Amino acid sequence: MREKKYYMVLAFRTTTEAMAMEKKCAEQKIPGRLIPVPREITAGCGLAWRIAQAEYERNQTAIDNLGIAFQQVVLLKL
Amino acid sequence: MIYLDSAATSFLKPPQVAEAVCRSFQDIGNAGRGAHAPTLNASRLLYSTREKLAQLFHAEQPSCIAFASNVTQALNTAINGLIAPGDHVITTVCEHNSVLRPLFRKEREGTELSILPADEKGRIHPDRLKKCIRNHTRAIVIHHASNLTGNVTDLKEIAAIAHAAGVLLIVDAAQTAGSIPIDMQEMGIDVLCFTGHKGLMGPQGTGGICVRSGLEIAPFAVGGSGVHSFEREHPSDMPIALEAGTLNGHGIAGLQAALDFILENGVQTIHQKETALMHRFLQGIREIDAITLYGDMDAAVRAPIVTLNIGKMDAAEVSDILWEDYEICVRAGAHCAPLMHSHFGTEQQGAVRFSFSYWNTEQEIDCAAQAIREIAADYEETVYA
Repeated sequence: MREKKYYMVLAFRTTTEAMAMEKKCAEQKIPGRLIPVPREITAGCGLAWRIAQAEYERNQTAIDNLGIAFQQVVLLKL
Repeated sequence: MIYLDSAATSFLKPPQVAEAVCRSFQDIGNAGRGAHAPTLNASRLLYSTREKLAQLFHAEQPSCIAFASNVTQALNTAINGLIAPGDHVITTVCEHNSVLRPLFRKEREGTELSILPADEKGRIHPDRLKKCIRNHTRAIVIHHASNLTGNVTDLKEIAAIAHAAGVLLIVDAAQTAGSIPIDMQEMGIDVLCFTGHKGLMGPQGTGGICVRSGLEIAPFAVGGSGVHSFEREHPSDMPIALEAGTLNGHGIAGLQAALDFILENGVQTIHQKETALMHRFLQGIREIDAITLYGDMDAAVRAPIVTLNIGKMDAAEVSDILWEDYEICVRAGAHCAPLMHSHFGTEQQGAVRFSFSYWNTEQEIDCAAQAIREIAADYEETVYA
């Protein structure tokens, strides 16, 4: 059975912001990846950034300083 | 990687398409702007591509075809150029947003809109459409195949209903051009809107609008035409009437190479192969208890699309597992078909769309079916645990 874990899922208003997120996270070595928006998130552009909960907490300041306005930030078991 | 998202774009193309695009950078100038070799090469390229498109769609002549950057632009040209406030238009719940949004905008401007419902398999019934026609109905705007269900519309029957009432038939062929034979004259299509990068296997940024002779469409873009420069009005002759500004010559070079491949092999051959792959996939997944399929899978003619859900699993999650664990590319979500998803009650769950190409192999299809069986088994284990 596929094991589910807790992730922070960050949703964007536009695909452009999602692309900026991926680029900036790569530059700053912030882990995570783009995923299709889960149904628990009702807004968004179709893409979201998925990052393990512990990694999110470790990198929260860096993420806050990326200059990206997230439309929704949700803790989900995926 | 297994690419099963060809309804979104033809990632898999004949190799000569890319070669033709690259070669065109050495060959073509700007068409219709002078008579030196590079500009004439561009004009020749455009003309020969129009000829091939006319041949493919059985249009009356090459000048019936104006290039556009995609099917959305072509549909906007048709809808905005033919429909006025006070007109009545009929469309269906099966349409893509490229039809719905221009029509909703026209509705805000004073056009009356009737939206025909579908049945439980997402099918449209022409007799119901007939009942929607009013005295001031100007056009029926309808898909040839649904991008969600793959169901194919009987255009000939709808054209007969439309023309008997003096109504125009505008067709969105995004999912069928190059994949399913189209005969504009035999089917009675007044305006055919198509994209170059899906079934036609050409580059993105190509497409067009094919207009029946004698029907004039008011262009929404006017400007440079290369001819009649001192006239204040944009030329009204097709195809230049709908082609203001420089065209995507490099993209069209790729489209022409794709058309050469399609005309050489035949649309019917491509259709048969894609249909066989779709049925092979269906055979591999149909008996799974947790699977819900959307569309009329037993129809004689279908676009090569299978859209499904596994139990109550989020379609986005299924597509992500397919990519992460199996390297299979599919499309989840709403597919720009909001009314069709509302019809099926899948607004929240979305749906997972598999779409097949001439270039897919039976082995790839079997891998995808096996992946769905495994994901469904995992889901059932979770649900019944």
